[in-house]
Amino acid sequence: MGQTLYQKIYQSHVVGKLNPSTDLLYVDRHLIHEVTSPQAFSGLRLAGRKVRRTDLTFATMDHNVSTQRRSLDAAGETSRKQLEALAENCAESQIPILDLTHPDQGIVHVIGPEQGLTQPGMIIVCGDSHTSTHGAFGALAFGIGTSEVEHVLATQTLPQQQAKTLKVEINGELSPHVTAKDVILAVIGQLGTAGGNGYVAEFCGETIRDLSMESRMTLCNMSIEMGAKAGLIAPDETTFAYLKGKAHAPSAEHWTAAVSYWQSLHSDSDATFDKIVVIDASSIAPQITWGTNPEQVIAVDTPVPAPESFSDESKRHAAERALQYMGLTAGQKLTDCKVDVVFIGSCTNSRIEDLRAAASVVGTKKVAAGVRALVVPGSGIVKRQAEAEGLADIFKNAGFEWREPGCSMCLGMNDDRVAAEERCASTSNRNFEGRQGRGARTHLVSPAMAAAAAIAGKFVNIASGDWA
Amino acid sequence: MSKIFTSGLICPLDKNNVDTDQIIPKQFLTSVSRDGFAEALFYDWRYLANGTPNPEFVLNFPQYQGASILLTRANFGCGSSREHAPWALQQYGFQVIIAESFADIFFNNSVNNGMLLIQLSKTNIEMLFNRCAQGPQQWQIDLASQEIMFGNNAAMGFNIDPDIKQRLLLGLDFIGSSEQLTPQITAYEQQRKASMPWLG
Repeated sequence: MGQTLYQKIYQSHVVGKLNPSTDLLYVDRHLIHEVTSPQAFSGLRLAGRKVRRTDLTFATMDHNVSTQRRSLDAAGETSRKQLEALAENCAESQIPILDLTHPDQGIVHVIGPEQGLTQPGMIIVCGDSHTSTHGAFGALAFGIGTSEVEHVLATQTLPQQQAKTLKVEINGELSPHVTAKDVILAVIGQLGTAGGNGYVAEFCGETIRDLSMESRMTLCNMSIEMGAKAGLIAPDETTFAYLKGKAHAPSAEHWTAAVSYWQSLHSDSDATFDKIVVIDASSIAPQITWGTNPEQVIAVDTPVPAPESFSDESKRHAAERALQYMGLTAGQKLTDCKVDVVFIGSCTNSRIEDLRAAASVVGTKKVAAGVRALVVPGSGIVKRQAEAEGLADIFKNAGFEWREPGCSMCLGMNDDRVAAEERCASTSNRNFEGRQGRGARTHLVSPAMAAAAAIAGKFVNIASGDWA
Repeated sequence: MSKIFTSGLICPLDKNNVDTDQIIPKQFLTSVSRDGFAEALFYDWRYLANGTPNPEFVLNFPQYQGASILLTRANFGCGSSREHAPWALQQYGFQVIIAESFADIFFNNSVNNGMLLIQLSKTNIEMLFNRCAQGPQQWQIDLASQEIMFGNNAAMGFNIDPDIKQRLLLGLDFIGSSEQLTPQITAYEQQRKASMPWLG
């Protein structure tokens, strides 16, 4: 019987068995950042252990850096201490770090691929749930907790049990203005926030094959929002072309051998999946979340659902609570809703393609009066490229704030926050209560939808063409 | 041979999809320590905007003070991978969480901190909430026999992964267990370097 891509990667990383159901898997890349690593380093020290593979461990500063000023102390005292702890831990263990003095510093899930650290067939872990992003390259990539970070630092391995396999086949052509963000939101809307629990999801189908690497990353990034352990896309020519020439990609000497291995990384035609979902991409309209978890999502031109429309009692209660928190009423159209804040950024949507999409919507228009709009590029490389292409000028001339790279308002660990009861059009990945600030009302959308909301001062249906 | 894993008061948190941003909000994540998170648990629900306890949040009800077993619904712990979430729950006093389902990363993080997470069917979870509706409950959790004991000889069984059960009962060292395979790790690294030198 054939194997799925997940099973191939899993099997090729088994170091040994810990017990009948648990394997010890080798980790090819361990990405670390300031928030989830300090306690892991303390734990190592306490136990007298050392970092086993400093050459396979890479650090960046992203979660609580200031996006206004590239300085360790710019986001406050406790943030400074945490950033300094990371710098000290990396210096002590000789772990390479893209700190605030490095021109390529950025969000961990943006810089991994950019630096060529992320490659097909690898196992990649990071103390961050959106590590699923790297699955876009056909790498098995997943988020871990701090105890596991410590485990990987010490042994370069992680105990794992085989997950179930989920195939998400997406066929059909995307309508104009419909992006990978809309696709993944629609998938989560259909499967639910726990629909992927216990599964590794492989995205395939003609729609996926036509997506750029940036779009594939957006898709895999939000696999975790349906509870999947990881998202995966089989590598192809698009993947290889993206990686060629990247700083840490295989050198010319090894390139052919690497590509030849990568070409074997796909699910066999006779592989069986535990669950299969087929989605028609042509039916997907621009999406927007109305509630406080990513499954509470609708096409932007449909009304906010009534709690009574949910047959499941707990979903009905959740909808009631969400409407109250979000300050919305059932039946209302979100295109009638004013926005206060617009955030374009995060590991979901801060890459060059996202900024191009947003800038093309902005053009020579201006941000609506009373709207605070931020563009936070995902990395130094994205920032420089956007400036070279004139995108930064488009944003600045329109009245957007053009910021330094970081996680920023996605989770508001730094000083980029949304105030209570403010409504935010956000290209990030979580619309949880309080995520962007206590009482903040987050609506997840694509970069084009967010840019259009900034211009119109309210949500618009980007696909309708008559909004501006 | 029956080992009582824990015995304690139940706090019913009647919600689905409780995410780790709710369990511990972002402003408490800048610590470099593993301790001091008890006060941060469920902060935005537990405290009003002016910092005083929210009398409407279940954790603040007088009858649930001192609870050590949390009963909740589906997909508990979804969202961010922050281990600060189980640290906060544990430091507050919860040793056991009973739910219809858990998010994967949260589940692993909790087990790695020696917490017992019990997954039950929706019907059984409903039965437990119904028990709680009758008044404060004090239950015993027997991990060895895999039972929740309500007193008066009433009990409900639960399933648990045998390896996790073993780890919890024996208190095995997470890293130490894997280090026993160090020769295999070294061998794997040598083979990896020879066959795929570009991996580093």
